[in-house]
Amino acid sequence: MATTPVSSKVVSLEINGEQVELEVPARRLLVHFLRDDLGLTGTHVGCDTGNCGACTVHLNGLPVKSCMLLAVQADGARIRTVEGLAPDGELTPLQRAFNEHHALQCGYCTPGMLMSATALLERNPHPTEEEVRIALQGNICRCTGYVNIVEAVLAASRGESA
Amino acid sequence: MTTVTEQPTTTLKKGFIGQSIPRKEDRRLVQGQGTFFDDVRRHGMAYVHFVRSPYAHARIVSVDVSKALELEGVYGTITGDEVAIQTDPFFEMSVEPGNKIKDYALAVGKVRHMGEPVAAVAAATRELARDAAELIEVEYEPLPVVLDGEEALKDEVILHEEAGSNVVWSGVFEWGDPDRALAEADHVVRIERLYFHRFSSTPLECAGALVEYDKGTGEWTIICNHQMPGVGAIWMAPALRVGIDKLRFVTHDIGGGFGNKICLHPQYVVLCLLARKLGRPVQWTEWRTDQHTANAHGNERTFLDVEVAVKADGELTGFKVRAIDDCGAFPRYEPLGCIIWAQVTPGMYRWRNIRVDFTQVCTNKSPVSPNRGYSRMQHLWLTERIIDIVAHELGFDPVEIRKRNYVKAEEMPYETPNGCVYDSGDYAAALDQALELIDYGSIEERRREAAARGKLLGVGIGSTLDSGTNNFGQSTLLNPDLQFSGNNEAASVKLDIFGEVVVTLGTVPQGQGHETTAAQVVADILGCSPDQVNVRRGHDTWFNSHAGFSGTYASQFAFTGLGAVKGAAELLRDEMVKLAAFVLQVDESQIELADGMARVKDGPPEAALPFMALGAIVNANNAFLPPDFNPTLNHRYVCRPYFGVVDKERKTGKLTLTYAVQVHAAVVEIDPETGEVEIVDYAAVDDCGVRIHPQIVEGQVHGATAHAIGAALYEAFVYDEEGTLLTANFYDYHVPHALDMPPLKTGALESPSPVAPLGAKGMGEGGGGGIHCLCAAIQDALRPAGAPIVWASHNPPHRVWEMLQDPEATRRNVTVESR
Repeated sequence: MATTPVSSKVVSLEINGEQVELEVPARRLLVHFLRDDLGLTGTHVGCDTGNCGACTVHLNGLPVKSCMLLAVQADGARIRTVEGLAPDGELTPLQRAFNEHHALQCGYCTPGMLMSATALLERNPHPTEEEVRIALQGNICRCTGYVNIVEAVLAASRGESA
Repeated sequence: MTTVTEQPTTTLKKGFIGQSIPRKEDRRLVQGQGTFFDDVRRHGMAYVHFVRSPYAHARIVSVDVSKALELEGVYGTITGDEVAIQTDPFFEMSVEPGNKIKDYALAVGKVRHMGEPVAAVAAATRELARDAAELIEVEYEPLPVVLDGEEALKDEVILHEEAGSNVVWSGVFEWGDPDRALAEADHVVRIERLYFHRFSSTPLECAGALVEYDKGTGEWTIICNHQMPGVGAIWMAPALRVGIDKLRFVTHDIGGGFGNKICLHPQYVVLCLLARKLGRPVQWTEWRTDQHTANAHGNERTFLDVEVAVKADGELTGFKVRAIDDCGAFPRYEPLGCIIWAQVTPGMYRWRNIRVDFTQVCTNKSPVSPNRGYSRMQHLWLTERIIDIVAHELGFDPVEIRKRNYVKAEEMPYETPNGCVYDSGDYAAALDQALELIDYGSIEERRREAAARGKLLGVGIGSTLDSGTNNFGQSTLLNPDLQFSGNNEAASVKLDIFGEVVVTLGTVPQGQGHETTAAQVVADILGCSPDQVNVRRGHDTWFNSHAGFSGTYASQFAFTGLGAVKGAAELLRDEMVKLAAFVLQVDESQIELADGMARVKDGPPEAALPFMALGAIVNANNAFLPPDFNPTLNHRYVCRPYFGVVDKERKTGKLTLTYAVQVHAAVVEIDPETGEVEIVDYAAVDDCGVRIHPQIVEGQVHGATAHAIGAALYEAFVYDEEGTLLTANFYDYHVPHALDMPPLKTGALESPSPVAPLGAKGMGEGGGGGIHCLCAAIQDALRPAGAPIVWASHNPPHRVWEMLQDPEATRRNVTVESR
């Protein structure tokens, strides 16, 4: 049976613990769906080739670049964005470590960094420095040279943040 | 002398200056609650997409927007023809022939670089705007291209016919007597060619703006990430044929700038025209590929016919050079780069006899804009290359030749041959600290150990100056008719009704932590905690807390920005003291501000007024104040650094006021099979005078170093022979990732600036030292492999491999005449 291409589709997904159902254009990127349709502007766009990682979110617990997925591909998924890390304003140890170790300057890459590093610490609570760098290699930062980001992730893994 | 280790970040005590308190900006940014321009929405706003030239040089035969306008959801378009009617070309700063160039917001008549905007379309969604742009039909007639600075000088292909030449600006700078220095030298080292390549800092947030037009008042509100709106308005208002009061710039959080967000006026003018034409807000977010292709490259510079005068003992007495600077298709911020380098004319050295024959040309490549270390970095790279090539060829030790020729600590303040004054510093001590951090004493042993593994190990030093607080009067050394001089920055500090301390800045930070450092300064002056100080985020023209040169650029916040904050806070403090003395009926000398109160020194606890009481008296309960006492508790201060007047004849003057120092040292290992360079040890030592917030200073050193490592090894804007950019996105333009960065060791010295209000020098642009030291380290490593000369600032594996294959080719570039 021939299928007729549809230009939009209703998607239903769980975002930061809340159920969302919305009709989206079939070609809309997940990142633009999050930012423009849901107003979750903490997830950023820094490139158009999937290199920079500023748009990293968790999809069913795994870090993904939300510019490399269509919103319709996330239908039925569980999404967590940076806004979901500290929903009540109580910062996570990793967020506090970013502040204490000056792991951010302009803050544009930070949401993606936090999501990649959070995913790392969830699957590997005590990573080595090498493992941290490998986990962050898909996230570009142009301000910090990564020095303090790596330090912050290691400090959080050691439970050092205040 | 202290080596920076971890700074205490939690315990707060008086004074806050010098402490690494937790940054005030971070709480919102780590929660995704920052507001970047692309986060802002307006009802009915349109998304804008630019139609860009696929050619590097072509005549525009026709532009047909009719098919785009037929698409449902498209609100309208704009083309170069409309721009030519409704606007004037942007102001050009050069003398002839550069000042004859006509630079419009969209291409008019022809395109001059790949990616140049030709038309724009506004539509209901981002996707539709892109679709509609595809439907705009542009017919081009391709023209021959010129992509190389030296070729451009021949004027066989001319970009701007109205100028009649590709030359933007040309002139000779001569101080001392370089010919005599060369005649009296024991050795003359000649270097035929050195090449500083094209790259940029590529901030992670691309450019853009949301522009609203108010039909009733004729005013535009530009919610954006322009990092120098004061100057942006100077370009835009005359082009739009309106007063500068019609342009309101608003910034919130900005995702990095590095100078690359200074030349956004062409795109912003298009947005202003579209917002007015369509009667709705318009929003444009640049795509990464567009930023790489057509926004802000760093200046590319070729140095020719370098001649260096060297005494037998290694004293360097002078040099001559011909510099050709390639600014791409339009000068925009140029030709300022033709003079900015002169802030650091002799680098860190005591050269007294210097001649620089400087020419800037247009080519069919992306326009340039200031890029971290703007114009000084290229020149400092030249001085460091000279040092290391001289040492390499004449057998001097790179450390000793530096120490012999560095300006000495006891000579500070030191006046350079062109009248700049290096304010303070101990360059040799900074070098020693850097060498200690890389364990320089063990280098020969490590070299042998690496050789045993088949690797070539080398060490290099990069010493660099970070000149800060620009004197815009230097522009008159290029064009005597320009009416620019000095500098200024503004801030306001007020005490509000419930005792809130509110600070507004003219600066436009992009990650430098101004909210935090301004709060530290205000807290120390008013006797409260930085937590009590609310520093407004970003810039708003309506704050009225900016001045003509407001912005964050040219390493000057520590001087002008914090100078303005200090000035305003002191005015407020004096008035609070006066008010408290009046209310408590004591002499002003008995009042102190501490713990968030104005109180009588050593007085009883009740002899104290909390800030709230002071704020309430003036703002809400003031009937008892006598008519001749009118405190406002609201103060604006403009910091206007004193430079004096530049000498246009001799081309001398104080071009900047502070000189932070960075000395970088790197140890590299090269795989001779592949030419791959691995950094195995790295240190950067910074001396920026008083460090307001040591952790932020160290963060700037880290970041600038990463840019330098990227530029030296990975990042280059490369064009094919037709002028197509081959590295137009982060796939092909590789910036350092977490795995690319070596462990960085940092150190710090503090030589307080005698001229800056807080003793703090602007800093953050000293990263060029990384390029210098990696070039030196590669040259050192390759010595056993035929001793090639490193002639380019960018040395990816293929270039290192070429040097390994044919070292003689690079050695022919250098000759030594010994007498």
